[in-house]
Amino acid sequence: MDIRQSFILALKSLATSKMRAFLTMLGIIIGVGAVIIIISLGDGMQKLMSDQFESLGANLIQVNIFSSGSSRHVDDSDMYELVQDNPKFLKAVSPYVMVPGASVRNSVETFTPNSLTGVSEDYASIRGMTVDEGRFLQYVDVARMQNVCIVGSYINEEYFSGNALGQQIGISGYTYTIVGVLAESAESRKGTDDDTIIIPYTNATRLSGSYITIYLFSGTSKDTATSTRAIIEKRLQRIFQDEDMYMVITSAEMLDMMNSMMNTMMVVLVAIAAISLLVGGIGIMNIMLVSVTERTSEIGIRKSLGAKRRDIRSQFIIEAGTTSAVGGVIGIIFGIAMANVAGMLIASLMGQDFSAIPSVTAIGIAFGVSVAVGIIFGYLPANKAAKLNPIDALRHD
Amino acid sequence: MGHLIEFKDIYKIYQMGGTEVRALDGVNITIDKGEFVAIVGQSGSGKSTAMNIIGCLDIPTSGSYFLGGVDVSTMDDDQQAEIRNKMLGFIFQQYNLIPKLNVLENVELPLLYAGVPSNERRERAVASLKRVGLDDKSKNRPNQLSGGQQQRVSIARALAGDPSVILADEPTGALDSRTGRDVLKFLQTLHQEGNTVVLITHDNSIAVTAERIIRLQDGQVIYDGDSHAPQALVQPHLEDDSEEVTA
Repeated sequence: MDIRQSFILALKSLATSKMRAFLTMLGIIIGVGAVIIIISLGDGMQKLMSDQFESLGANLIQVNIFSSGSSRHVDDSDMYELVQDNPKFLKAVSPYVMVPGASVRNSVETFTPNSLTGVSEDYASIRGMTVDEGRFLQYVDVARMQNVCIVGSYINEEYFSGNALGQQIGISGYTYTIVGVLAESAESRKGTDDDTIIIPYTNATRLSGSYITIYLFSGTSKDTATSTRAIIEKRLQRIFQDEDMYMVITSAEMLDMMNSMMNTMMVVLVAIAAISLLVGGIGIMNIMLVSVTERTSEIGIRKSLGAKRRDIRSQFIIEAGTTSAVGGVIGIIFGIAMANVAGMLIASLMGQDFSAIPSVTAIGIAFGVSVAVGIIFGYLPANKAAKLNPIDALRHD
Repeated sequence: MGHLIEFKDIYKIYQMGGTEVRALDGVNITIDKGEFVAIVGQSGSGKSTAMNIIGCLDIPTSGSYFLGGVDVSTMDDDQQAEIRNKMLGFIFQQYNLIPKLNVLENVELPLLYAGVPSNERRERAVASLKRVGLDDKSKNRPNQLSGGQQQRVSIARALAGDPSVILADEPTGALDSRTGRDVLKFLQTLHQEGNTVVLITHDNSIAVTAERIIRLQDGQVIYDGDSHAPQALVQPHLEDDSEEVTA
């Protein structure tokens, strides 16, 4: 049997009854479209997260302390000691002290930056930050609690017209000197990492009046993240004797965890979308059964002319496969379009650089699955057609 | 080699609501290559059943059917399909063209199922359409043609596969008498060219086109011989009716 002719015939019959064809394919279109949307957005989300983790520093280890109020506590010297004792695993440490809602003044106005953070001189290397102008914090700044600060590019442009270096700035009543401007990291927009002010952590604890509750370490390698965490936890356990008092998070493990969570969620969503493919397949089977009945006399004619069972079967299977493949292609186009629209919407809502990534693999699999659905659900009607008795079929009209 | 078509004690028995219907009741027929035979009978005489069995569309309940010396009465679906494809050319009352396909594609169908490569298929289909004088309509759809033209397309399709037997089932039934005559004339031409033609009809005036008439009545052969003999045209059903009344 000529596959090409069956294929052309199938396309023709789709074209002659467009409404019916569309309704037949709808389940497949929705199913494939949904799968493409979910996978594209999921991949986009995963990329966004790993980009953000990358920008945090891939070997970042964060230690949170919950001990405030208890008699046991760690101080910064314990943490520095930890780095000195384990050069194989740890490179540097910086306390991380957030001063929430600090009001900041330049010569004309008062404003609140997105973040005011106290850190050590190693923070820039831990986070992979670079200074565009001037310098980052130095050991003496921290040790002597000097009133110096580094500002983000947004603050530089918004409040100092790009001339922040060397200017004075008022932070909660103290006058600070701007000694550095950070390189742009988020297109210099408000509310991002560019809308930030960095001061020595020693100053920050004084401003916020609290203990240091967060330490950021940089590890030597992603691969040793788990053992590095164990080393830090061992030290903290020795001090606190209570594992609820602290938490150690490594960015590598965190990223793995987030990725596996994302993957699980995507599998669940895709499984739900796949139900639509199943329904679509049943729709195709239904319409093919109708088609076999409608075309009983055609089947009879073909059989009288020498069509064997497999000729009739393949004709109907090709027709079902073509229907679902066309549905699959429409679904893929629809899915990519919707994913891009949704991606842009999410990007504008979150104010982040987000875009859907329709992967070639996903598209290939979606197309393959839609063809397979047609063939599987087309088999039963095709077999019914193939088994028709030629006389009964000829006499059908 | 013996006869082209040979029925040996063919029975076809249906069960219809508890009663047994003998559509063919011990039929023995032989048809040789090159003959033009009309199988005639009223409706219910068993002629359609005979035609279905000759056409390998149905198998007998018992008895053997030899086509070209091969027993085809015990073949399965696909084997019969192959026999139909290679040995038989059908001409139906309702033309039985596929409306979605154009004239050329319709004529190509038997060759398609025979596995003829597409170039050769096209050439042979065009040649076949030329024989019936419709090669200029090859791109038309069947419903764009007149009844007579459609029947000629179906003849072209029957001829395309170069069959051993041309089986025409009431080929003029849906045509007016003039186009009907043309079709019969064409069947005669085919016969003169050496083809074996089997014509199934209920109409004596059509049956006489053939050289030989086989008359069926209640599943049995009641006449088999020259179409020009006077007794060939006797319709014995009136006697049967009277018998039934007295019974």
